[in-house]
Amino acid sequence: MSDIAKVQNAVMPASLLKRFGPWLFLAIGLMVLPLIFSSNLSVYTMNLMGIFIIFALSYNMLLGQSGMLSFGHAVYFGLGGFMSVHFMNYIEAEIFVVPIVIVPVFGGLIGLVFAVIVGSFSTRRSGTVFAMISLGIAELIAASSLIFVAFFGGEEGVSGDRTMGPEVLGMDFAQDIEVYSLIAFWAFVTIALMYLFSRTPMGRMANAVRDNPERIEFIGYSQRKVRFISFCASGFFAGIAGGLFAINFEIVTEENLNALTSGVVLLMAYIGGVGFFVGPIVGAVVFTLLQTLLSNYTEIWQMYVGVIFVLTVMYAPQGLTGLVAMHIPAFKMKRLGTLAAPYVRAGVPTLLLLSGIVGFLETIHHVRSAAVGETTMSLLTIEFDTHSATPWIIIAILVVVGGYLTKTQMPQLKEAWEGANAPMGSDEGGAS
Amino acid sequence: MFELIFFSLLNGIVTGLLLFMLASGLTLIFSMMGVLNFAHASFYMLGAYVAYTISLYLGFWVALVVAPLLVGVMGAVVERYGLRHVHRWGHVAELIFTFGLAFLIEEIVQFIWGKDTKAFHEPEILQFPLFTFFGQNFPAYKAFMLLISIGIFIALLLVLTRSRIGLIIQAAITRPNMTAMLGHNVPLVFMGVFGMGCALAGLAGVIAGPALGTFPGMAVVLGSIVFVIVVVGGLGSLGGAFVASILIGLLQTFAIALDYSVNDLLTVFNITTDAEGALRDLWTLSLPQVAPILPYLLLVLILIFRPTGLFGKRES
Repeated sequence: MSDIAKVQNAVMPASLLKRFGPWLFLAIGLMVLPLIFSSNLSVYTMNLMGIFIIFALSYNMLLGQSGMLSFGHAVYFGLGGFMSVHFMNYIEAEIFVVPIVIVPVFGGLIGLVFAVIVGSFSTRRSGTVFAMISLGIAELIAASSLIFVAFFGGEEGVSGDRTMGPEVLGMDFAQDIEVYSLIAFWAFVTIALMYLFSRTPMGRMANAVRDNPERIEFIGYSQRKVRFISFCASGFFAGIAGGLFAINFEIVTEENLNALTSGVVLLMAYIGGVGFFVGPIVGAVVFTLLQTLLSNYTEIWQMYVGVIFVLTVMYAPQGLTGLVAMHIPAFKMKRLGTLAAPYVRAGVPTLLLLSGIVGFLETIHHVRSAAVGETTMSLLTIEFDTHSATPWIIIAILVVVGGYLTKTQMPQLKEAWEGANAPMGSDEGGAS
Repeated sequence: MFELIFFSLLNGIVTGLLLFMLASGLTLIFSMMGVLNFAHASFYMLGAYVAYTISLYLGFWVALVVAPLLVGVMGAVVERYGLRHVHRWGHVAELIFTFGLAFLIEEIVQFIWGKDTKAFHEPEILQFPLFTFFGQNFPAYKAFMLLISIGIFIALLLVLTRSRIGLIIQAAITRPNMTAMLGHNVPLVFMGVFGMGCALAGLAGVIAGPALGTFPGMAVVLGSIVFVIVVVGGLGSLGGAFVASILIGLLQTFAIALDYSVNDLLTVFNITTDAEGALRDLWTLSLPQVAPILPYLLLVLILIFRPTGLFGKRES
């Protein structure tokens, strides 16, 4: 008896830490981040990140957790945004006065209402039929938004003012950093709620429906009902993200609910990794960084994003998170060190190859789009003349040498990888 | 009124047959691989752009032959090195792959050809009105489009039903394993059909480029419409795709041509509406305004009430 008690006492703090550690870490991280990155650009980026994290996580409730591929998730995001911006205007006109912090809830509610309506017929089936219905609804709503000017504001969209509501904790949300605290608060709450949802029996059933819908029916559950509930919850959280978007930018347009935004959220979730809860968070962070930082350096950043996306689908279907997770077995067997040297040996030539390709694309793009007579361009602060031969020779050398070395170094990396992941106790393990 | 119907009918059939050129390839590819190719309209766009570049040097007629072939080769390469690789991750991954490809091709087109509309014109020999009816001209180029589309339709029908290749394709679609056992190279057949579908899309792009404009958004404009056709007609059904193409073509042209609004309908029943209320947009809603929505409305309704489509046999 006492032994058991002792064991429990010893285990409890560790499991508590394991349980609440990540949340504590997240909360502290959200508080500390604006202190480290305090410039306007970084606060702007973090705001966008927070919004996209919620949006991508809500999307993954469909794709990753319930196996429903949607091409129209931006509908709920956009409608949430429009509703919230209307509520901001009601607050300004003193028709309905609530603190601005509450407004995203109304965005979430309209997302929920529409998800209930659409979900009532679209969740009957999964797979291609569901994907097609979601696409049809997305095009339908996006086209309607240009027709119903009273609610959607036509092509200019609807704008509002977030500073009009009653102050909360002495903040009137005129500054971006104050909006950051609002977004951080909502991000924490919604991430926690979505995580808890995935842990409920309902969340588990959603996973089961994704993996084997037929068997679910035999056990006595309705796969349609499970999909419907997931769909509604997902619409609700997407609406909250839309509401935060409206507060952050004070304007919502048709662009926020069209097919492009729906594509972006699929991209974020997939690049991050749909098989993991944190995957979409990683994807949203990476995508926002690409969007805000990369677009400062290059005009063709969207093409790079497209290439990354296609490569992810082809070679890493588990996403970036999956790539990291692949290393866990090696890490547990304490063999991660044996991979370091092979990674460097294969990574340096790959970097050479990539820089060659990027240099080639950028130079071509500059030659074609620069003003007539302007031949100098700078890449990573190196200035050169695009019409002389030198840069082209350097690019060619980078591509050829990098490509050749990459090809010759790959087999040893594969061998090292297999060695590091060989089962403990076998002959291969650790030896190589 | 009669001239309006006559011209709408002609335009509708031209549009419908053009759409069928895209839809036929898409539905064939679907019945083989079970994958809706999101990038199909991107190959249509590539066809227009490649033909534009070729026509600058060698003229339109060379482009008409060479561009579809080039696009077909590109399609075959995508199938061989892209789609076949992704196939192991399942259907959802394949769908996402073609979606990413559509995104990427649009970016690549912008990278190579720029963002502005290209001055891709019909050849001078076709720049005359074919006939004038009630004072309205019917351009010869549209008749040319009609001719090509009908030619392709007949050729496709003959190849699929009368030739040995068509026989093997049909066998590979319905019983891939059995066909492989009989000694046919089924993956090669798949690659060939994918390439041929893309070549058809490319041909549609070549003849549509001068008429509808050659710009980076042209794939998006047509892409989802072709999807609607394939789903409405019934996934995998060529006949269904044909009927749905003509239906959508007519629906769109007639909706644009007939300028009626909800108000007109309500005045018939002597109901007056409030011009200031929140629903004011609903009362002034006119048929040309809702024209772009109609195909999607049809899609959603069909999927709700008849998920197999008009002529389809399977759901997904």
